[in-house]
Amino acid sequence: MVDDVVIGLEVHVQLQTQSKLFCGCSTKFGDNPNANTCPVCLGWPGTLPVLNKKALEYGILASLALNCKINQKIKFDRKNYYYPDLPKAYQISQYDLPLAEHGTVKFNHDGESCAVGIERLHLEEDAGKLVHSSVSRESYVDYNRSGTPLAEIVTKPELTSPERAESFLRTLKKQMEYLDVSDCNMDEGSLRCDANISIRRDDGSLGTKAEIKNMNSFKAVRKALSYEVLRQRKLLSRGQRVVQETRLWDETTEQTKSMRSKEEAHDYRYFPEPDLVPVRIDKKWQQEIGFKLPELPDKKFNRFLDEYQLTEEAARTLTDSRPLADFFEQAIKPDVSAKTVGNLIISDVKRELNERGWDIGQVALTPAALTSVASLLEENLISSNVGSELIAELVESGGDPREIVEQRGLKQISSEDQLSSVILQVVSENPDAVADIRGGKNQAIGFLVGQVMQKTGGQADPGTAQKLLREEIL
Amino acid sequence: MNNQLSQLSLLELSQLLEAQEITAVELMETTVERYRQLDSDIKSFLYFDLDESLETAKKQDSLERKSALHGIPLAIKDNISRLGKPLTCSSKILAGHRPPYSATVVEKLEQAGGIFVGNTNMDEFAMGSSTETSAYQTTRNPWDLERVPGGSSGGSAAAVAAGIVPAALGSDTGGSIRQPAAFCGVVGFKPTYGRVSRYGLFPFASSLDQIGPIARTVSDVAFLTELLAGSDSRDSTSLDSPVPRYLEQLQPRAEGLTFGIPEEYFGEGVDSDVRQIIQQTIETLKQQGAEIKTVNLPHTKYAISTYYILATAEASSNLARYDGVQYGYRADEPDDLIDMYSRTRAEGFGPEVKRRIMLGTFVLSSGYYEAYYGKAQKLRTLIKQDFDRVYEECDLLLTPTTPSTAFKLGEKIDDPVQMYLSDILTASTNLAGLPAISIPVGQDSKQLPVGAQLIGPALSEQTVLNAAFMLEKQSQWDAKIAPVQA
Repeated sequence: MVDDVVIGLEVHVQLQTQSKLFCGCSTKFGDNPNANTCPVCLGWPGTLPVLNKKALEYGILASLALNCKINQKIKFDRKNYYYPDLPKAYQISQYDLPLAEHGTVKFNHDGESCAVGIERLHLEEDAGKLVHSSVSRESYVDYNRSGTPLAEIVTKPELTSPERAESFLRTLKKQMEYLDVSDCNMDEGSLRCDANISIRRDDGSLGTKAEIKNMNSFKAVRKALSYEVLRQRKLLSRGQRVVQETRLWDETTEQTKSMRSKEEAHDYRYFPEPDLVPVRIDKKWQQEIGFKLPELPDKKFNRFLDEYQLTEEAARTLTDSRPLADFFEQAIKPDVSAKTVGNLIISDVKRELNERGWDIGQVALTPAALTSVASLLEENLISSNVGSELIAELVESGGDPREIVEQRGLKQISSEDQLSSVILQVVSENPDAVADIRGGKNQAIGFLVGQVMQKTGGQADPGTAQKLLREEIL
Repeated sequence: MNNQLSQLSLLELSQLLEAQEITAVELMETTVERYRQLDSDIKSFLYFDLDESLETAKKQDSLERKSALHGIPLAIKDNISRLGKPLTCSSKILAGHRPPYSATVVEKLEQAGGIFVGNTNMDEFAMGSSTETSAYQTTRNPWDLERVPGGSSGGSAAAVAAGIVPAALGSDTGGSIRQPAAFCGVVGFKPTYGRVSRYGLFPFASSLDQIGPIARTVSDVAFLTELLAGSDSRDSTSLDSPVPRYLEQLQPRAEGLTFGIPEEYFGEGVDSDVRQIIQQTIETLKQQGAEIKTVNLPHTKYAISTYYILATAEASSNLARYDGVQYGYRADEPDDLIDMYSRTRAEGFGPEVKRRIMLGTFVLSSGYYEAYYGKAQKLRTLIKQDFDRVYEECDLLLTPTTPSTAFKLGEKIDDPVQMYLSDILTASTNLAGLPAISIPVGQDSKQLPVGAQLIGPALSEQTVLNAAFMLEKQSQWDAKIAPVQA
């Protein structure tokens, strides 16, 4: 029962090249309809495709990151079908000689190490977009997206739960972002996912699968697949059969609905694209691209554990995105501990980011300023509260933390001489609490520390205050 | 003056222009007049830009001469793009279409000073061997108005044969330049696949299509090929190989060359008249010091089936884009998307195009792919290897271009298989991607032109042209213009 769910994903990742896969048009998202088009990506007769080498390079980079074997000779094929957003009535894709095959991706799911095989990665062009009029029966086509480069990544049917599928997808997204080959923005459609899902039969053989489309967020992937597991189990438990078909996830009803049956499935009539010549991937070029491969999330995670002695959770959070990890490493200097820097990012910086819905690229805080805050904390010159407030301010408007602390007198008082008069005052003003403590009720010390903090405007070092209070009372 | 000018070749006209004995405007006026006199009968042009052609000629007269093409009127097959000019592929489905860009070959010839006067009729989407599948008109052979000009570049060949223009562009997928050239008694050249950019050629079968020139002399063809050839960053299948100076290096040469005579090209279907004239051509070659060798291309018998599977498969995909969405014809008041697609295509395409789309769709469909398309791919390789093998023992092949001379209008139009067999001697060359020329070498008993075909190895354009040049000089062929009168 545990491992009887069988899921395979087909993920489309939009490669963020400047120009389209087979012409020079811009790939920019959100421009006026049909602003970024030319006769080639409009599929006008007589025009011919010319392969964008950068897209091929990004594809190779992605393939290497997925531990795939790059095919030395690749070719393009035509996938034929009719739809108004497909201007040539065929999509240039890759059929039997894809860019790369036989990869694996390791990923973490709820603390458990998982792996999934990658069947293949191939390059293909995207279609345009239909815009339906709300007032008439008319539809319009926007071809701006037509011809933008996609890498289609197909996993083996080795994912065993909807949750694992989601974790894999998040890992994949993270990897692509690390490579800087895609922004993987699901809202803008630069990461799209279809799934094949079935329930294994009692004898262990594969059951009939359904293909699920239209899952537009990570949550949708998990929900749609969970719905589908339930639906298929229900059918099977009643002795009914799962039908091989394509089903659409409906976000509003939270159900999958049949879109077309196996009999209605397209016959794409693939054949080699005669307008492009087969491409030989030069070994040397492939090596050069390999050298550009950055440290990937998994490796970085392990290195962070070793090198900075972080907890697993901290290392995972810090390697969540490459810019965040880079920020962290830039802020580490010999005179501060990595742990302090890491904690500041995980607790304070992250909180500020979440509040604003920003990513690390948008902050006014510099890594050097973060280093300063960390050393102010380590030198006991500021309290952790002041640290948090500083971070909030620096994220918003930047500045030099040492200067701010100096100018506003935010330094904490940790010298015993400076504190002793306040201590004496607090002790004399709170005889009840003092009596409690003398009587063995240790909790009351917290109250007195609070009083000290109040009288020093938060500048006292709470540790020192407590130590001095004990000495005075006991 | 008029009739004299229309007798002259492109390079002869060029000399007169160069020497300022005539102006481009005078030449264009002659062209217009000849067109007016003859084309109501021949119907080689789908349209002719009278005013603009004269305008352009006037402009060319005011400019410094850019090349030997400067001021020369040219015709172009109705499947090669010119920015903003009507282009239909002789199909209703492209009625009213004007491409938003020019083909590379058009840019090249216009930069050299050539003037395209209008588009010539063709078989719809280049599918046919008689120009009778055109949705608009039937072109007649200038040698006998009851006969077809061949196809699919029938309009281009007829316009050149009738002396309306000295040269025209055609396209050749299975013989579509050479066969009409042979039927009309002119020279037609299909260069090596990839030698000339296809950018701007409306595709029929992309892996076979090739643009080439049609003219009345081998020199003109050599000159035009030089202008047309070259790699093009917009066509990934164009060849990155330097272009020789074909015209400068043109010499009538057969001596020291070995000519292969493939037995398979002289089979039962070849008319005795044609056979006899080609035999005379072989004798001419011998006299000129060439060695003659009988050779075999054993897979020739599969060429037509292979060709019709691969060509229709590619066509079914290439022509899928004519769906009424962006350009061309769209059915009136469609009920829904499917209705728009099916009626647009049902009303827009003619019967031959539909037949080939269905054939091509079938051979690519799952369950049949291996049996048809897959097998045809393998045969294509075997056919290529046949040629590779014979070129180890000879330099060029000599064959008839067509099994017969021009046939009568309507004679084969209702029998597709008979029509398909017209390509039997030309289609193999496209499958192998080789350069091949058709030159007139005589007339049959009905006084119709007979074409000889010379086929060379890849990129042997110069050798092919030189041998053709020799045959042109030696042949009895002296009537350059069809005896057509207004």
